[in-house]
Amino acid sequence: MPDTEYRYGFHDPENYVYRAKPGLSHDVVSEISWLKKEPEWMSKVRHKALDYFLKKQLPEWGPFLGNIPFDEIYYYIKPSERQEQNWKDVPEDIRNTFDKLGIPEAEKKYLAGVGAQYESEVVYHSLKEEWTKQGVVFLDMDGGLREYPELIKEYFGSIVPYTDNKFSALNTAVWSGGSFVYIPEGVEVAIPLQAYFRINAKNMGQFERTLIIAEKGSRVHYIEGCTAPVYSTDSLHSAVVEIIVKEGARVTYSTVQNWSKNVYNLVTKRSIVFKDGIMEWVDGNLGSGVSMKYPGAILKERGARAEILSVAMASAGQQQDVGSKVIHMASDTSSSIVSKSISKDGGRSSFRGLVKVVSGLSGVKASVRCDALIMDDTSRSDTYPYLDINSPEVEVGHEATVTKIGEEKLFYLMSRGISEIDAAKMIVSGFIEPVVKRLPMEFAVEMNRLIDLEIEGSVG
Amino acid sequence: MSSASKQNTLVIEDLHVSVEGKEILKGVNVEIPKGEVHALMGPNGAGKSTLAYALMGHPKYRITEGKVSFHGKNLLDLSIDKRAREGVFLAFQYPKEIPGLKVFHFLKNAYIARFGIDEGSFSSMDFFKKVKAKTELLKMKEDFITRYLNEGFSGGEKKRMEILQLSLLKPEIAILDEPDSGLDIDAVRIVAGGVNSLRGPDIGVLLITHYQRILNYIKPDVVHILMNGRIVQSGGPDLAEHLDNVGYEFAGAEV
Repeated sequence: MPDTEYRYGFHDPENYVYRAKPGLSHDVVSEISWLKKEPEWMSKVRHKALDYFLKKQLPEWGPFLGNIPFDEIYYYIKPSERQEQNWKDVPEDIRNTFDKLGIPEAEKKYLAGVGAQYESEVVYHSLKEEWTKQGVVFLDMDGGLREYPELIKEYFGSIVPYTDNKFSALNTAVWSGGSFVYIPEGVEVAIPLQAYFRINAKNMGQFERTLIIAEKGSRVHYIEGCTAPVYSTDSLHSAVVEIIVKEGARVTYSTVQNWSKNVYNLVTKRSIVFKDGIMEWVDGNLGSGVSMKYPGAILKERGARAEILSVAMASAGQQQDVGSKVIHMASDTSSSIVSKSISKDGGRSSFRGLVKVVSGLSGVKASVRCDALIMDDTSRSDTYPYLDINSPEVEVGHEATVTKIGEEKLFYLMSRGISEIDAAKMIVSGFIEPVVKRLPMEFAVEMNRLIDLEIEGSVG
Repeated sequence: MSSASKQNTLVIEDLHVSVEGKEILKGVNVEIPKGEVHALMGPNGAGKSTLAYALMGHPKYRITEGKVSFHGKNLLDLSIDKRAREGVFLAFQYPKEIPGLKVFHFLKNAYIARFGIDEGSFSSMDFFKKVKAKTELLKMKEDFITRYLNEGFSGGEKKRMEILQLSLLKPEIAILDEPDSGLDIDAVRIVAGGVNSLRGPDIGVLLITHYQRILNYIKPDVVHILMNGRIVQSGGPDLAEHLDNVGYEFAGAEV
């Protein structure tokens, strides 16, 4: 049984810390809502979402989800009543965990603001002063709801309604943490906003909820990264990310997902893009046992653009079911999807790409490219493209390749004295280079390092 | 030759090689001492490239009989990368494209691996200068080292890339598999110039070629003729010229 008392020393009466019972019910949802002192409307949405979740069947396509132990999962854990502003005030255990992730070091160089999610709550948040002056908001979602209730009420669930799918309903019912980002008109945030996530309690679910609003002509890069220790029981991560890209704005959302391999990672990420806006999703999926994630963009007005780049690596016992969804709803919109997957040691990766163009449009361009690299005979890769084109004047390109890690390529590199492991690493990192090079430097390094570790574990 | 001096000779004895169950080499005997350039000539399908691949250790080329020794070791017991570290190098007729792998990153890693250099004491800057000097010698374009390895390279660029690696990795035995194929005469001169600049007592070369042309630029010490999986004739440089006049069929008939 997991510890039911909070371990980090904030359990004096004033700092009462709650830990939910495992399992899901209207009572649990009410308690979460009550503990968060939420507005009435949010509580109502949670309950409606729960009803929807309870009656909705598990999806009949994609990986098997029937083993998720919904009744054993903790749907809310609050590590601390405090919101830490200074690194020094973050409890030592938590700091140690972050030290292992290299965050303080990284912060000096790259982070201007940190939202570090530990268990279910953001405990550490810093935001550069000039951003505050610029009017940039970077808060955890709970804080966002307290301070900007009107904005949240307007946009929460507007891109990903709880009725979208069973897991968006679950997230809506029990969400906790995540980020709220608001970039005012014309503001360009030069340094990426970063949030590190980590699951760190047995049987604990993470249901963060992120909302990013980029006003006209603004620009921001948001980075989400996760690493997680290995646990013996199943764990569920089900996030919802909603992004609003207004006229001429540009939002880049990058993720490196490295949950431990017992985690179900079932995430709904979607953006809506208005006139001449640009949405970029850069998505790296290395961890988790089962991932289902299809970052999407709704191109709502003329000139809107979406670019979705993803890398997935499926090793032993992993299913990476990933892809992208783009819906063209206006003329002169364009989208580009590039997906790279690596399967090894019996891992399975699937790509699902949906490109939909509604009727009556012109000047629409869409391209889908997905490349799969298969490292051995026990691994598998599948591609499921769905093109739903309802306008005649549309340029659509679709290209898919499947390659096995070539004996010839290995031979070539090894003939130069390079060991088999290093040769395999070079081929794999070359394969994903077109996506990785789009990541910020330190993220690209981390990504390559994680993939190197994976290959070391399986070659030679 | 004494066994001590054979330390520095690549000795191929009675080598039989099969590919997918079919015997291609049927007992090849060649000795290539350091300091000499040996040309291996022969018609298409004679087994020239098979010998090159088998010496380097390609898994598809199965050794059914024979021995290859160098530095007192049986090369055939070593993995591909260990053969390379032992000083054996193969310049490919068709170099492989590795998408996404930057030339400089590749060269650096190959160099470190070849010479067993401790990465901590390796200076990328010094290495960069060394590479740059050599690319100038081979008349390669500036942007070359930031490109992906052989990806989208022209035939000539690929061949020069091979010679660049050859000159950086300083092998003791270099197998050049048709380094001139598909090149125009200017490119042949550049490639040959690169090879000639490396000639000396520290390197033995096995130069595989179908045509005599490149031998006008790289003068061999010894010429071997390979036909149907066997060396049918060996001789001095004049053998190549003779062959050019009479053709392989006639040379084969002489045996």
